[in-house]
Amino acid sequence: MKSLFNKFKNVAPAAAFIMAVGGGAVLQGCSSGPGEGSATAAGVSSDAAQAVYVAPGKHDEYYSFLSGGFNGQMSVYGLPSGRLLKIIPVFTQHGENGYGYSEESKAMLMTSHGFVPWDDLHHPKLSRTNGMTDGRWLFANGNNTPRVARVDLTTFETVEIMEIPNSAGNHCSPYPTDNNEYVIAGTRFSVPLDMKGGTADVSMNEYADKFRGSISFIKVDQDKGDMELDFQILVPGFDYDLANGGKGPSSDWVFFTTYNTERSGTLKELGASQNDRDYLAAVNWKLAAKYAAEGKAKEMPAYYYHNKMDKDSHMAKSTIKKSVRYLLPEDCPGMMYLIPAPKSPHGIDVDPSGEHMVVSGKLAATIPVFSFSKMQQAIKDKAFDGEINGIPVFKYESVLKAEVPEPGLGPLHTEFDGKGNAYTSMFVSSEIVKWKLSDFTVVDRMPVYYSVGHLMIPGGDTHTPDGKYLVAMNKITKDRYLPTGPELAHSAQLIDISGEKMRMLLDFPTVAEPHYAQAIKADRVAPNSVKFYDLAKNTHPHAVKKESDASVTREGNVVRVKMTAIRSHMTPDNIEGVQVGDTVLFHVTNLEQDWDVPHGFAVMGANNAETLIMPGATQTLRWVPKKAGVFPFYCTDFCSALHQEMQGYIRVSPKGSNVPITFSTGKKKPAA
Amino acid sequence: MKAYHKVLMMIASLSLGLLFLFPMWKIYLQAPQYPEGLEMHIWVNKISGDTEGSLQNFNILNHYIGMEPIHADSFAELKIMPYIVIFFIVAGILVALLGKRKLVLSWVVLLMISGAVGIADFYMWLNKFGTNLDPSAPIKVPGMTYVPPLLGSKTLLNFDALSLPAMGSLGIGLAILLAGLVYFFSRSTVHVKTKRKVMA
Repeated sequence: MKSLFNKFKNVAPAAAFIMAVGGGAVLQGCSSGPGEGSATAAGVSSDAAQAVYVAPGKHDEYYSFLSGGFNGQMSVYGLPSGRLLKIIPVFTQHGENGYGYSEESKAMLMTSHGFVPWDDLHHPKLSRTNGMTDGRWLFANGNNTPRVARVDLTTFETVEIMEIPNSAGNHCSPYPTDNNEYVIAGTRFSVPLDMKGGTADVSMNEYADKFRGSISFIKVDQDKGDMELDFQILVPGFDYDLANGGKGPSSDWVFFTTYNTERSGTLKELGASQNDRDYLAAVNWKLAAKYAAEGKAKEMPAYYYHNKMDKDSHMAKSTIKKSVRYLLPEDCPGMMYLIPAPKSPHGIDVDPSGEHMVVSGKLAATIPVFSFSKMQQAIKDKAFDGEINGIPVFKYESVLKAEVPEPGLGPLHTEFDGKGNAYTSMFVSSEIVKWKLSDFTVVDRMPVYYSVGHLMIPGGDTHTPDGKYLVAMNKITKDRYLPTGPELAHSAQLIDISGEKMRMLLDFPTVAEPHYAQAIKADRVAPNSVKFYDLAKNTHPHAVKKESDASVTREGNVVRVKMTAIRSHMTPDNIEGVQVGDTVLFHVTNLEQDWDVPHGFAVMGANNAETLIMPGATQTLRWVPKKAGVFPFYCTDFCSALHQEMQGYIRVSPKGSNVPITFSTGKKKPAA
Repeated sequence: MKAYHKVLMMIASLSLGLLFLFPMWKIYLQAPQYPEGLEMHIWVNKISGDTEGSLQNFNILNHYIGMEPIHADSFAELKIMPYIVIFFIVAGILVALLGKRKLVLSWVVLLMISGAVGIADFYMWLNKFGTNLDPSAPIKVPGMTYVPPLLGSKTLLNFDALSLPAMGSLGIGLAILLAGLVYFFSRSTVHVKTKRKVMA
């Protein structure tokens, strides 16, 4: 069945495509026997277990960061073991540690639309130095409510989130340039801009005339990593899908795939699939930055949030930005070009040499590879075929280097091993295809289960890939694991690419939906990992650094509890004088200065999560008691032999009661 | 005493300065959940550890068994000892300058006595902390005391404790050794000198 399918696929790609769209998964299912063994053994290397076994107590060779997609978080896995090390909350509230629930972290999720407690995180990108991943920060996009986040890899915490104005569906985002000069973010959904920082109230029938896209250039502080939206380019109203920066000779450029160049405002699955060719947009970011600096940029009012976590107080603060600069391509000659690319292209990936731009057209029968040097020549020769909004469109052949023939069905993304090979994920034919950059021929195929989206090679998107492993991220798992009802895990598959032939080593279920991932040698990150926070440097305004400073004070109907936690008690652990309807703020400082001793804090009936406090830090849990009584609170993270005893009580009296504020631990203290 | 004896005596007294640069004694603790270990460093003038939080971490662990918290303030010795060391350094330099053999001997003997008293004092403290336990402690093991070893290793519940002299003590050892050598070598020169006198 399988070989018949392959034969058929070779003679009639188009026909096979149609079949596969409808029945790809069914065909895959048919290809092997029923039950547990379905497609499991195919391609699995006989020494796979040894290759991925990381003995107890040993560390993995790589950190990998898999986006969580619709959970809005980032998962950290060790490779080659596939062990889940951490989930870093980024765009979504995380009850597990109080991110987005604690008073300190709420501001991280503020936007111009108010508090947005969720997003769809697609693409992690590691910061870079000289075109190589440097292990300092991880950037990530929020797709739904356009935002770009920065995770600090010394603490594995989200430290900054910037909202992107004039954008909708922040999908081709965030792409760092070779030295993090800019992180670039493009909009997937074009929208009618009102040029006042919002979208205009217009009819969808006016899509073709009124809708525009935007590409944002976020400047990154070279030392601290702090982001700042420098300027935007307002571009034609296509859908901007994915992007990637050039390298070496092309390092001044960034490339974006586009679809819906038909500018259809409805039923895009048909409307955006009419043109045989859409475009690959090429933007010279260095020239754009120069134009912006030289005064070509105009300014428009805007309204967007920029949220930063202070590293000493662990408090997030929002700043509202009220204007944004923008460039129009028609005013900026030489800044932007369009390359015709087959039908609704998805991935754009530039090979390590910077010469080849590989476009994976999900609906195309071949993989076109464009040449950067030919593009430079075409600019000189003015080998254009008209223009759109003042942006020159190249003749297809003038920039095309080659087309990879018969690569498979549904090519989506390509990464490189630095040894002259490219690897492309095939969503529809559900395989990884290895092909040579020298003669553009396919040399190996590896089936993956099922319907692979992105693939990732550590550094495979940089100019120095580490071509040892490849991770395929699959959208469909069906029978691959024990069933868990209708909602199933997505999967990642680890493939050894060190040899001529790919070897399947491991697959592991993942959290939510990993779209893209990044990986880096562990020794670039692990030595910088912070063990705990220095209590002496804690600048939280309500931190108490010793038990004798703990206090409970009333400020109107706000009761402020400045509490300490240390193995195995909280101070104070008996509190009285709180009244129904008061806002109680528990500012809990973890006094520990030891490795791996977080304390948690939760109070009965709080309409809130817990908060998890790292050693040396202060976190605040807000609680509004609704009824009188005595409410226990306790440490939620098993901290010590007497963790179960780490608890206390708070007494709530009716409104207007004359019970004074008192607090104590162990021996009774006088009233405050 | 020849010039080099005097220099050697100077070095002997100055080597006591190591006590201000390095701890005298280190107590190492290891437990299943402390793979990285915990160290307490005893100096001539303070108590510290391998990290800022070490002392606090020792006290957190010790409070479960009812041991009194260890604070530098609790030890009068830590206030007195630096002066004693400075006294020995100054006295040693004076001895070197005066070049009197008998003073060298007195200095060494006094230093050895002080060292011995210091170790005895240290032992008494270990004993006091290890046995004087709060009867209301959460963890009580009948018959169990927690006296860390003065020298060598010992298992205390889940902890392996190892106690060893550190670089600072080397300063005392060096001072005793060098001053001893000065005493020994200067004897032979005096001997020769008197012989010569007799012969003359």
